[in-house]
This record gives sequence, C-alpha cells and structure tokens, in this order.
Amino acid sequence: MKFLRQFMDKIKPHFHEGGKLSKLESVYDGMETFLFTPNTTSRSGVHIHDSNDMKRTMITVVVALVPCLLMAMYNIGFQHFRAIGVADASFWQMFLFGLLALLPVIVVSYVVGLGIEFIGAQIHHKEIQEGFLVTGILIPLIVPINTPLWMTAVATAFAVIFAKEIFGGTGMNIFNVALITRAFLFFAYPSKMSGDSAFVKIDSAFGYGGGNVADGFTGATPLGEVATNFENFSTSAMDAFIGLIPGSPGETSMIAILIGAAILLITGIASWRVMLSVFAGGLAMGALAHAFACDTYPASMLDPITQVCLGGFAFAAVFMATDPVTGARTKIGQYIYGFLIGVFAILIRVYNGGYPEGAMLAVLLMNAFAPLIDYCVVQVNINRRAKRAKVQ
Amino acid sequence: MLSKRNKEALFNPLSKDNPVLVQILGICSTLAVTAKLEPAIVMGISVIAVLAISNVVISLLRNTIPTSIRIIVQLVVVAALVIIVQQVLRAYAYDVSLQLSVFIGLIITNCILMGRLEAFALSNKPWPAFLDGIGNGLGYMIILVIVAFFRELLGSGTLLGFQVIPQWCYDHGYMNNGLMILPPMALITVGCIIWVHRSRNKELQEK
Repeated sequence: MKFLRQFMDKIKPHFHEGGKLSKLESVYDGMETFLFTPNTTSRSGVHIHDSNDMKRTMITVVVALVPCLLMAMYNIGFQHFRAIGVADASFWQMFLFGLLALLPVIVVSYVVGLGIEFIGAQIHHKEIQEGFLVTGILIPLIVPINTPLWMTAVATAFAVIFAKEIFGGTGMNIFNVALITRAFLFFAYPSKMSGDSAFVKIDSAFGYGGGNVADGFTGATPLGEVATNFENFSTSAMDAFIGLIPGSPGETSMIAILIGAAILLITGIASWRVMLSVFAGGLAMGALAHAFACDTYPASMLDPITQVCLGGFAFAAVFMATDPVTGARTKIGQYIYGFLIGVFAILIRVYNGGYPEGAMLAVLLMNAFAPLIDYCVVQVNINRRAKRAKVQ
Repeated sequence: MLSKRNKEALFNPLSKDNPVLVQILGICSTLAVTAKLEPAIVMGISVIAVLAISNVVISLLRNTIPTSIRIIVQLVVVAALVIIVQQVLRAYAYDVSLQLSVFIGLIITNCILMGRLEAFALSNKPWPAFLDGIGNGLGYMIILVIVAFFRELLGSGTLLGFQVIPQWCYDHGYMNNGLMILPPMALITVGCIIWVHRSRNKELQEK
C-alpha cells in the first residue's frame, strides 16, 4: 500500500496545472480516488459525510449482480452442450465455456463505455464518474449471447453518448442506459436479437467447445415458444425458477435474481416499494390476462406465476426498475411507477404479437413518465395541505 | 443586384440563420422524407421552387393584400404552386412522387413557407424576396441531404439507390442498421447536426 501511495504522490505534480500531463488530470484523479479515500475535507459550514458514497453504492449493485453473472456463465455452457448433443459435459466444462463466451462481451462493454466516459471527462475537465460500473455489467447480462461484439460496441457507444452524456452524465439520464443499449440493438438489428438462433451459442468460444446442432434442437426461449408454438410448450415455472432455459444471459435464473434482490434490499440500495409493486402489477395483469385467455394471444394461457418467472420480467423488476436515477422518487410515486411497469410488461408480452417480451419497453416507457408521476404526487400533497390551511 | 442586404438574404439562411438548424422549422418533413437520398433531393428542389416563386408573387401583391385576409391569400398562392409541383412530379418522376406521397402536398403547411412569406415577402421587393426564397429553400435542402445521406448510407448501405458498402463487409458480419430507417433516428441525426453546428458557431448557443 505504502509503495502505491508513494508512487501516486511521485507522479502527482505531472498532472497538476502546468505539468506535462495536465490534460489527463481527471484520469489521475479517478485513479487516485479509486485506490485511496480522498483526504480532502469540506471547508465551510457543517457537513455530515456518509462513507456510503456513489462508488460503494455502485459496487454493492455489482456484487448483487454476481450471482446472476455466475449463473449466466453456467447456463450458457449448459445450453451450448445441450444444443450440440454432448450429454456428459461436466460442471466445470460448462462453466468454462460460459466464461469464455461472456467475457469478451463484458470487456467490450466496459472498454467502450468507460472509454467514452474518460474522453468526455477530459474534454469537460471534470472528474470521472463511476456511473458506468453497473451499466457495464448489466449490458452483457441483457444482450443475447450471439450478438456480434461490434454491434454491442456500437449500441453501448450510442447509449452512453445519447442516453447519458448528452443529459449531463451520471445521475442526469432520463432513460436507463443499459436498456437503451438493448433497445438500440433490438430495433437496429432485429434479426440478431430475437428468434431461435439468438440465445444459444453454438459455435466455439476461443476454440473451446463448438459443434453441430443436434437433431430436433431449437434454441427458442420459452416465451418465443409460447408465441409461436404453444402446443409444444413444456417449460414449467420451476424450470424458470432454477434458470436452465434459453434466454438473455442474466435473465433466466429466478434464484440468482432473488439472491441479488436480497443483497439490494438488505443493504437498502434498491427500493422495496418499486420491486414489490412491479411484481404486484405483473401478477395482477397476468391474472387478468389469464382470466380472459384466448387462442389469439397464446401468452394469455400462462398462469400469472409462470408469467412473472419467465423472460426478463424478474431481472427488470430487480435491477432495472429500481434504478434510483430513472425511477420515481416519491414513496407513493414508486408504488404507481412499479405497478405500471409490471402491468405494461405483461400487457406488451401478451397482446402485442410483435414482441414476445415486454419488460424492456415497459421500463423505458415508465422511465419517461417517472418525473410526471413524481410531479403529480407532490402537487396532490401541496393542494391537500393548502386546502387544510384555508379552512382555519 | 447583389447588394450587401441581398447577399445576406441569400446566404444567411445557409448557415447562420438556417431554417432547420436555427429556427427549427420544417422538422416534420425533415424527419419524414429523409430515409433515402433521392426523395430528399426532390423534396428540397420542390420546396426551393415553391418558396422562391411564392415569395415573388406575394411580394408583388404585398401592397394590394388587405392585412386581415393575408394568410388566406398566402395559402391560395402556395396551394396553387404546390399543386403545379405535384402534377409535374407525377408526370416526370412518378416513382419518387409515390415515395414522397402526401409530403409534397404538405409543403403548404411547411412552417418555413408561411414564416418567410410573413416575415420577408410581405415587406420586401420581389428581387430580394426571390433571393430570400432561394436561400431558405437551399438551407432546408442542405440539411435534408445531409440527414438523408447518413440515413441511407447506414440504414440501407446505398446512396441514390446504388450499393456503396461492398459485399465484402456483409460477408464479414456487417449489417445495415434498421433503426436508421425509422423516424427516431432522423430526429437524432438532426440533433447531431445541430450539435456540430452550434459548437462551430458559438454565438448561436442558447444560454
């Protein structure tokens, strides 16, 4: 540690104004605060500092995502060996394949996203903010594994520039950056983002694994199967709960998502109001759709519990809807916001034939309405109190 | 012929006072007709023609139009010209006129037209009004062509219908960006052009 401190002190003068590398001051600053707690103190007034700063908050979310990440790696390997008809692959073989398949996506997402943030910080002479830490790990978990890396890179660049930097950087974005990445891919390259060949990796990862597709195998996700081929639909809620089904890497396993949710709730980082009301909305809409089930909309045949276990619903509820920046902030607003996300996710999933999954669009839609919900909640409260004041 | 004032009327709308970038007028058609380069160029030329001629006509009539019905008179003039343009396109460029569909007719409601007629033609002589019409039409067309260039290149891999991005790229995994064809990306492209334009002309930046 001491050696590191001395090294940082030694190179410090180069980065100050007039130094050789003064243009890279924010890079130095970012590295220093990453390694050491800053020793500067506030100079005026009274301040209360909480050591639970943004970096720690972000890291906690990343920790909460680790179960999903590990499960994603295992499931990618599991689906791969199932697809090529290898029955006797061991746990570690599956895990290694998943690791090799997912790692490039993680690297691309972080290099592109952080690269743009670094460049932006240099241009504006601002501190580098750590907002991308969580986004960078969310992107590989929600983008189908077969998406070409350059597409992920383009989409990440688009999302960071147009959904975040333009609005003023970390904490100022209106829409969830990771979901904008996915939405960009979804609308720009639809053939790579849906269908049977998007979610199960068949070819090898760095020369490991790979093979020919076994007879009778389809890589359709359960929801895709529901939409196109309901008679053969066989996935139970239990399968979706454990998570060994095809799908976007992070979204398949309910167990991993629930562990993540527990971490977020115990540390108090995510709002339980949002999480609870998303599930309530999903179950309510699912029950409603199930009550009026008909052949035209095959997804309405699913019972509400299976409905919320399948697809990206749970992942969106736990990690996307609870984003404090893009969500509602008032307590009553959070109930409304979450409930409507749940309702819209199932509504789109069941009644829009074009989109087998609606969680992404539901969260983005409600992101746009979150400020309005907050405004109305605050205004109602103000009016109520103003009326009380007049009576006296 | 080209006094300082006339030059300003002709050249200011190209950049400093661009109808799309600075006055943010005519956005609707900018988003609608720019998925391909060819319709964008035809649309630009149509707007130049209608705007220049209607500016001259209104400028000639400016002392005889009663103020209370001037909007109706302007609409009649523009509508007549738009119908002529529409018939000419149907006769000589039928395919493009199909692609442009209602948007040629909607030139009538293009804010640039009413704006220039109200703000310039009603209070200036025919020759400056003509130059103003040409200038504003060109300013509009430039933006249309830039937007359509990027949208067609990235969205379809073609320019004016000719394949530009070589097959070699597609063989190696390149794909056309479907989002570029959709209107949201046109809005973002216009936004990017405004971004570049504002950063080059600092005096135009809003506080």
